[in-house]
Amino acid sequence: MDLTTTISKELVTKLDLPNFKAGDNITVYYKIKEGSKERIQFFKGDVIQRKGSGSTETFTIRKISNGIAVERIFPVNSPSIDKIELNKSGKVRRARIFYLRELTGKKARIKESRK
Amino acid sequence: MPGLLGKKIGMTSMFSEEGKNIPCTILEVGPCVVSQIKTNEIDGYEAVQIAYDEQKESRMSKALMGHLKKANSKAVKKMVEVTPFDIEVNLGDILTVDLFEEGSFVTVVGTSKGKGFQGVVKRHGFAGVGDATHGQHNRLRAPGSIGAASYPARVFKGMRMAGQMGNERVKVENLQVLKIMSDRNVIIVKGAVPGAKNSYIIIEK
Repeated sequence: MDLTTTISKELVTKLDLPNFKAGDNITVYYKIKEGSKERIQFFKGDVIQRKGSGSTETFTIRKISNGIAVERIFPVNSPSIDKIELNKSGKVRRARIFYLRELTGKKARIKESRK
Repeated sequence: MPGLLGKKIGMTSMFSEEGKNIPCTILEVGPCVVSQIKTNEIDGYEAVQIAYDEQKESRMSKALMGHLKKANSKAVKKMVEVTPFDIEVNLGDILTVDLFEEGSFVTVVGTSKGKGFQGVVKRHGFAGVGDATHGQHNRLRAPGSIGAASYPARVFKGMRMAGQMGNERVKVENLQVLKIMSDRNVIIVKGAVPGAKNSYIIIEK
């Protein structure tokens, strides 16, 4: 492993997050600052990709909000993430399920994986 | 200012206490051996020569090896003079990252990535000439006029034209030291540093 990856892994303080991958339905509780106040907001949707490694690892989460699709990218190890809840683990064949963007309605559903 | 030789390792990011994602550069710095101290009496100027990056002794000339032996140094790839070197050092001293402190600001000197012979659009940010269509011939990325005619009857010095871009010495000041890992000889600074990965850099206090 090269030194950049090793050090970038050392720089993060790992949060206690559930193991999630593309296709899973999760709720991200994240802290937002308004002036001096801090409150927690949540974002619920499907994970469509996980990208990168170490301190630069991110995941993209997609939801349909009032008929408009919204995607948000979070750094996995961001200190502003309070907690992540795993609602459903989906059964998908790809690590990046961008094809979901072209699908709507019943076709945009993800099968739940049964273990 | 005392300086050390090092290498650019690569870039990554880290989170600050406020939760901000800060881009940062990883630098491997030292250990450097003080291989020569130049003085006013002998050399006519004052400087400290430091040696860095060990290599096989068989790859060095005997003359250079003899010079390094005086300072009890091993064979090295790179030597550089730093002046003025404000702190007292002796021949053969080994300088490490402990010279620097977390939170302080440093200057980094490197050689920028070479871009080759470039035109004025890339090199100086010219906008090019005219349109891409409407009968435009071949002047899309041309510099345009470089001056008037019979007066002054010459092109002014310093006129921006095409030429070599990059691969030159670049100094970046006021980079904040975010973290020092003395066990690894690594310094992490905020922001970017000139040059490619594994290129040599001089980091000054």
